[in-house]
Amino acid sequence: MRGETARSIALHGGLIAALVLGHFLLPEYHHGNLARIMVLAAYAIGYNILFGYTGLLSLGHAMFFAAGMYGLALGIRHLGLTPGPALLAGIAAGATLSLVVGLLALRTVGVAFMIVTLMFAQAVHLTILLAGRWTRGDEGFVIQPAQRNLWGIDLSQSDARYLAALALFVLTLALCLWLVRSRFGRVLVAVRENEERTRLLGYDTWAHKLGAVVISGTLSAAAGAAYALLFGYAGASFATVQYSILPLLWVLLGGAGTVVGPFLGTLFMFYLIDWASGVTSAYMLVAGVALVLLTLFAPQGMAGLVRARLWRGLP
Amino acid sequence: MEFGPHLMLAMIEGAVMAAVLALMASGLSLVFGVMRVVNVAHGEFYMLGAVAAWVVTDLVGAGPAWSFAAALILAPLCIGTLAAAIDMSVLKRLSYDPERTIVATIGLLYILQQATLMGYGADARPVAAPFDTRIALPWVEWAQGGLALYWPWGLSVTAYKLFVIAAAIVILLGLRLLMTRSRIGLVMRATRIDGEMALAFGIPVERVYALVFGLGAGLAALAGVLVVPISQAHYLMGGDALLLSFIVVIIGGLGSLGGTIVAAILIGMGEGIVSVFFSPTLAKIIATLLVALVLVFRPQGLFGARAR
Repeated sequence: MRGETARSIALHGGLIAALVLGHFLLPEYHHGNLARIMVLAAYAIGYNILFGYTGLLSLGHAMFFAAGMYGLALGIRHLGLTPGPALLAGIAAGATLSLVVGLLALRTVGVAFMIVTLMFAQAVHLTILLAGRWTRGDEGFVIQPAQRNLWGIDLSQSDARYLAALALFVLTLALCLWLVRSRFGRVLVAVRENEERTRLLGYDTWAHKLGAVVISGTLSAAAGAAYALLFGYAGASFATVQYSILPLLWVLLGGAGTVVGPFLGTLFMFYLIDWASGVTSAYMLVAGVALVLLTLFAPQGMAGLVRARLWRGLP
Repeated sequence: MEFGPHLMLAMIEGAVMAAVLALMASGLSLVFGVMRVVNVAHGEFYMLGAVAAWVVTDLVGAGPAWSFAAALILAPLCIGTLAAAIDMSVLKRLSYDPERTIVATIGLLYILQQATLMGYGADARPVAAPFDTRIALPWVEWAQGGLALYWPWGLSVTAYKLFVIAAAIVILLGLRLLMTRSRIGLVMRATRIDGEMALAFGIPVERVYALVFGLGAGLAALAGVLVVPISQAHYLMGGDALLLSFIVVIIGGLGSLGGTIVAAILIGMGEGIVSVFFSPTLAKIIATLLVALVLVFRPQGLFGARAR
C-alpha cells in the first residue's frame, strides 16, 4: 500500500511538474491551448466523478457548466460583483442546481436517468435563450478585462491565466484523488459495481449517489465559472447538448474511473480536433468517429488500458 | 381573423405535426421496445429521409407528383437499409449494451450530421408538394336567424397537409397490422418479450434486430419525406425532432405503440396550438420540464405498463 501511494504521488506530482515546466517552455500558441485544456479537464474530472466512479451516465452536465459560467458572468455584469464573490456565486449556483436536479433525477435509473438529465439541461439552455435580455442568448457577451482582476491579479494576461488554470486543475485533481481514496469514494465505486449488494451491506446508496451528483455538478460549475473568468466570455452555446457530450467523450477516451484519464482525454481530443479542423471543416465528424471506435474497441480508454496492462492500482 | 377560425387553423397545424411525430416516435418506440436500445441517432434518420427526398426528386425530375412518389418509396428503403447495415456493423458488436449503444449512437449522430453537411451543404432546400390545391374551410357562425355556414376569406389549408395526416393514419394502421397479424410481427413480439427464449426456439434474433432497427429508421425517414414539402430539408433538422419524439415516447410509455400515438396527438396538437398563441420557446421549456417530471414521478409513462 505504501508503494502504491508513492507511485501515485510520483504520477500525479510528475504530471503537475510537467505542467509547471510547460509554463516556461511552451511556445505561445500551445501555452494558450493548454490553459484552456486544463480548465476543460477540470470539467471532465467533475464529470468523471459521476460517470466514471459512480457509474451514472448524465447527458446534461452542460447545465452545471453553464450555471457556473452564468452565475459568475451575470453577477459581474448585472450585480457589479467583483470576481472573488462572483466566482463563489457561480459555484453556489452550480451546487444548488445539482442538488435540485439530483433530488429529482435520482428517482430514475439507467436510460431514464440519462433522458431526465438531458431534458433538464435542455430546459436550462432554453431558459438562457428566453432570458436573452440579460444573457444575450446565443450571441453571448464579453466580460471586460478590467472586470477580471482577481485579488490584484490580471487574469486577462496569458501568464496569469495559465497559472490560474493550473491552480484550478491541481485543486480538482487533488480533490478527486482524495475523494476516490476516501471511504465515501470507495462506496461510490461499490455502487457502480453492484448497487444492490452495497445497499445490503448497510450503506445508504441513495445519499451517496446524491453526494456524487452534487460534488460532480459543483466541480463542473467551478470549471464553468473559471472558463468565463479566464477567457472573458459567456454564451448559450456552452449550455447545448454538445457541451454535455464533450466531457463524456473526453472521459471515455482518457479512461473512465481513473484520476488522470479526463486530462489525457481532453488533451488528446483537443489536439485531434485542432489538427482535424486544419484538414477538414467538419471536426464533429472526427468526434463522432472517435466515439464509435471507442465504444467498439477501447471501452476503458487510454488510462484504462494502462490499468489493465501495466499498473492495476492506478487510482 | 377572429379567435375561432384561428384556433381551427392552429389545430390543423397541430394535427399535421402530430402525424409526423407519431410516425417518427413509433419508430423510436419500436426499436426501444424490441431491442431495448435508445437510438439517439433517430433524428438523423428523419433528416436523412428529408434530404434523400430532395435528392430523389432532383434526380427523377418527372413532375412533382411522380418524383415525390418515387421519393416516398426509395428514401425510406435506402435509409432503412443503411440503418440495418449500421446495426450489424456497430450495435451488434456492442451486444446491445444499453449505455454503450447510447454512446455509439451519439457518435453516429455526429457522423451522419457532418457527412450530410459535407455532401449536401448547409442550405435548406425545398421540395415541391405533389399537389398544391388549396381547400377553403367553412366556418359556422351564429348569425341572425340561426346557424349559418360561411367561408371566411383566407381560411384555407393545402390539400397536401390533409394528405400527410391521411398517409400517417394509413401507415400506422399498416404497422399495427404488421405487428399483430403477420408472422414477422409475431417473431418481433416474441423477441421483445424474451430474446433468449426466442433464440432457443430458432428465431434468428440478430436478423430480427437488424430488421427492427431498419424498420424504425425507415419510419423516421418516411416522416422526413412527408415533411419536406412543408418545411424544407436541412442538415440540422434532426435535433428538435429527436427531442420531441423522445418526449412523445416517454409520455406514451417506453415501448408501447398505442400510447405513443395518443401521446403524439397530445403533444403535436398542444405544441401546434401553444406556439400559435404563445412564445414557442416558453412552450418548449414547459413541455420539457413536464416530461422530465413525468419520467421522474411515473417512470413507466402515462399509458405504459409497469416496468418489469
